[in-house]
Amino acid sequence: MSETVTVTGPLVVEPTETKPGFAGTSVPRKEDKRLLQGEGVFFDDVKRHGMGYVHFVRSPYAHAKIVAIDVSKALELNGVYGTLTGDEVAILTDPFFELSVKPGADIKDYALAVGRVRHVGEPVAAVVASSRELARDAAELVEVEYEPLPVLTTAEDALANETILHEDAGSNVVWQGVFDWGDFEGAVAEADHVVKIERLHFDRFSSTPLECAGVLVEFNRGTGQWTMYGNHQMPGIGAIWMAPALRTGIDKLRFVSQDIGGAFGNKICLHPQFVACCLLARKLNRPVQWTEWRTDQHTANAHGNERTFLDIEVPVTNDGTMLGLKVRALDDCGAFPRYEPLGCIIWAQVTPGCYRWRNIRVDFTQVCTNKSPVSPNRGYSRMQHLWLTERVIDIVAHELELDPVEVRKRNYVRADEMPYETPNGCVYDSGDYARGLDIALELVGYDTLDEKRREAESRGKLLGFGIGSTLDSGTNNFGQSTLLNPELQFSGNNEVATVKLDIFGEIVVTLGTVPQGQGHETTASQVVADILGVTPDDVTVRAGHDSYWNSHAGFSGTYASQFAVTGLGAVKGATDKLAHEIKRVAAGVFGATPDDIELVEGQARLKANAEAAIPFMGIGAIVNANNAILPEDVRDVTLNCRYVYVPPFQLPDKERNFGNLTLTYASQVHVCLVEIDPETGVYEIVDYAAVDDCGTRIHPQIVEGQVHGATAQALGAATHEIFAYDEEGNLLTPNFYDYHVPHALDMPPLKNAYLESPSPFTPLGAKGMGEGGGAGIHAVCAALQDALWSQGKSTVWRSCNPYNQVWEHLRNPRRLVEVTTP
Amino acid sequence: MEPTTSRRITVTVNGEAIEYDVDARRLLVHFLRDDLSLTGTHVGCDTGNCGACSVIYNGVLAKSCMLLAVQADGATVETVEGLSPDGQLTALQQAFSDHHALQCGYCTPGMLMSATALLRENASPNEEEIRKALQGNICRCTGYVNIVEAIKSASGGES
Repeated sequence: MSETVTVTGPLVVEPTETKPGFAGTSVPRKEDKRLLQGEGVFFDDVKRHGMGYVHFVRSPYAHAKIVAIDVSKALELNGVYGTLTGDEVAILTDPFFELSVKPGADIKDYALAVGRVRHVGEPVAAVVASSRELARDAAELVEVEYEPLPVLTTAEDALANETILHEDAGSNVVWQGVFDWGDFEGAVAEADHVVKIERLHFDRFSSTPLECAGVLVEFNRGTGQWTMYGNHQMPGIGAIWMAPALRTGIDKLRFVSQDIGGAFGNKICLHPQFVACCLLARKLNRPVQWTEWRTDQHTANAHGNERTFLDIEVPVTNDGTMLGLKVRALDDCGAFPRYEPLGCIIWAQVTPGCYRWRNIRVDFTQVCTNKSPVSPNRGYSRMQHLWLTERVIDIVAHELELDPVEVRKRNYVRADEMPYETPNGCVYDSGDYARGLDIALELVGYDTLDEKRREAESRGKLLGFGIGSTLDSGTNNFGQSTLLNPELQFSGNNEVATVKLDIFGEIVVTLGTVPQGQGHETTASQVVADILGVTPDDVTVRAGHDSYWNSHAGFSGTYASQFAVTGLGAVKGATDKLAHEIKRVAAGVFGATPDDIELVEGQARLKANAEAAIPFMGIGAIVNANNAILPEDVRDVTLNCRYVYVPPFQLPDKERNFGNLTLTYASQVHVCLVEIDPETGVYEIVDYAAVDDCGTRIHPQIVEGQVHGATAQALGAATHEIFAYDEEGNLLTPNFYDYHVPHALDMPPLKNAYLESPSPFTPLGAKGMGEGGGAGIHAVCAALQDALWSQGKSTVWRSCNPYNQVWEHLRNPRRLVEVTTP
Repeated sequence: MEPTTSRRITVTVNGEAIEYDVDARRLLVHFLRDDLSLTGTHVGCDTGNCGACSVIYNGVLAKSCMLLAVQADGATVETVEGLSPDGQLTALQQAFSDHHALQCGYCTPGMLMSATALLRENASPNEEEIRKALQGNICRCTGYVNIVEAIKSASGGES
């Protein structure tokens, strides 16, 4: 079912510096053998003598004052090692720093609830015992007296500020700002029509990695250092949060992970629980281990951002040319901002979507509610905005009776315009969206759509066709944070790798990244092998992450679609340095210059005389153990090379909210066909195609795997996955029993194709691509609207449309749209 | 009288007979992971939905988080560690690698046990039968596409 299409067309790319070799081929993954034999090491597999198990006592209320906490009965239980409460946390730590300006800046967020709980499942105390079962029993004995408060479960209610979650902030608003690019009023004046959409709503869900969060913490009293064997996916930022809160230095926090069972952004905001465990390890002078329960993960860890789009206005000409977009966005970040309000700017990486919109005004507000805090979630913040742009395109096309394919092609940024500067100064590096769409249409037989529609109708079904064209922007410029808060001292990006040649010729690579299934060991070894003239089998890439390796920097981690750029950029830089050092040593031995030396088959040899060769083992031995034979001028060689990759970013212009916010733009065009049973609202995806363009593919099979996975998550989010709350703030889908993720039987057949538009801005022509931009959600919503249009012109206004929602559309169509002519 | 809180069980795990005093409330999955250090069997949920803890129990596929260790007295348990005791990947494991049927690897042991149980019952399942056999196993990384392909390939049913 897979087709690979490679465009030879107008690609703007400098010749890559690596020669053709292992990069670009699907070599066997280095990670596979241990994972297939049950020999991976996940955090919960790590044990320590005498360790205690942590269980959090959690709030049953969505909003309440904590009147009293009594842990005495828990402490009486034999085998209970100790407890921790919010009162202790407030004395022993400082609140985590907030990224926002006021009012969000004044929110106080601690490792445990202090004085008040703000969502169901919020940890109020912790118990440590000799077994996980006993810790759970003991937690039941902790008596907490609550005084319930009014509950806010929608962003619009929160905005009214009648009930305030964070009294220190004095408002439920975390951050508010208006972004205005181009001339929206001018666009309206030029337009033939203005399409007004009352409301669109992007629902709450999350990628729900199969491995829950957790950590084993050891405290070393002699050195004051904590070692955390956990699954935090962004230790660089985690340490920046944790160290000041714990009133210590970053040098006292060691993060270690080997294998991580998926993360998808949901393991970026683990600092509260990690800090609680650090305090317990120190207090009790024993290693403590916390493994999150699935129900706790769903209830109280990390949801994706929920966003309501209001008062949307789209000036458009008769032929479907989109002149502008105006929208009021209301983002619900749950009880605490944590990584927020970064989501209030991250969307701006893809401000016009795939389109040539020049006049855009976005009034963006983020509020707290009594729901689980959010964290980045695959497609973070861009996905919500791209869903908006795709919904707008289809709604406009339907309202003006235009063909959604033609409207897209008319408005897409064109391949010959690349690199393309968006109205807010982002630079789309390369891509050919129209070609991607053509390939996708061909894969589902779009030319026979009318026939398919009639055939479905003959079986009593409504057929719908939908497109999701989307972007996966990768490699953040953290300078975008200064557009939210000018005081923040973040900008650019970085990632680190070390590559060394050891005494017996071993090639050893360490990464700053924190892989969770993306195959970093494999792709790093491909890049190293090509540069050093060896095979990936000759290269050892240390599994996982350890801040003891000295191969991490402030932004180290695995997030935001960037390894192929930042991670492999660092690997390439370090390996280039090592290659030069090897050549210098060989040149010293042969009395030649480094330019006379080539690296082939694990040897450094004279280009002019292949017989004059030193195996890498010899080079490693000379430098590490026999260096008195070296000429003086090469004795600075260490064969242990570290490189920090820094993308070419500038600070954005704060006055104009203008600048390049991210380095690469992978693109995806997905199309799907759905069939709805009009009697029940039950529908099925009957055909699906995904065309992905992430520039040069280092490992095509890994790229395909990411496309499959992102598609499955998007289809889950489009059809079933939703974190729904009742009026009291109880989560109605707190585990996999109620929260239905796609199973093997739910997935439609997928047809895949690939374009390769190499990035002109990256070391290998590659782009990050792991997140996928939520194309499946956009495509399914579009297909449902197409199918429903003939049945009362209902507008698909939510991102998640389970069968009952579709039935609702059929029974009570809601237009929510008005078209005016200025 | 104080109730009994532990009991000695005899259980055969991956061909090895083991006698062990287990807590009466100990789940089989925690007995395997924490007492026997067979950490290949994973825990992904607390409701029996995800299948990461799947083992073959007395010849039948079972979720080890849904059984107490004391229930396993006299039983035979096969875990992922028992699939390739000599260190060489089985045809099924090799097919998983060849087809990129795993990413993070967390669901993989459960997937392998479900597929192993399937292939013992039905040496050449069709795609529908494969997908049905996997419906108790959640994967959040792969969309199942390559897992299904790998099982087809290992069964000789590759298209």
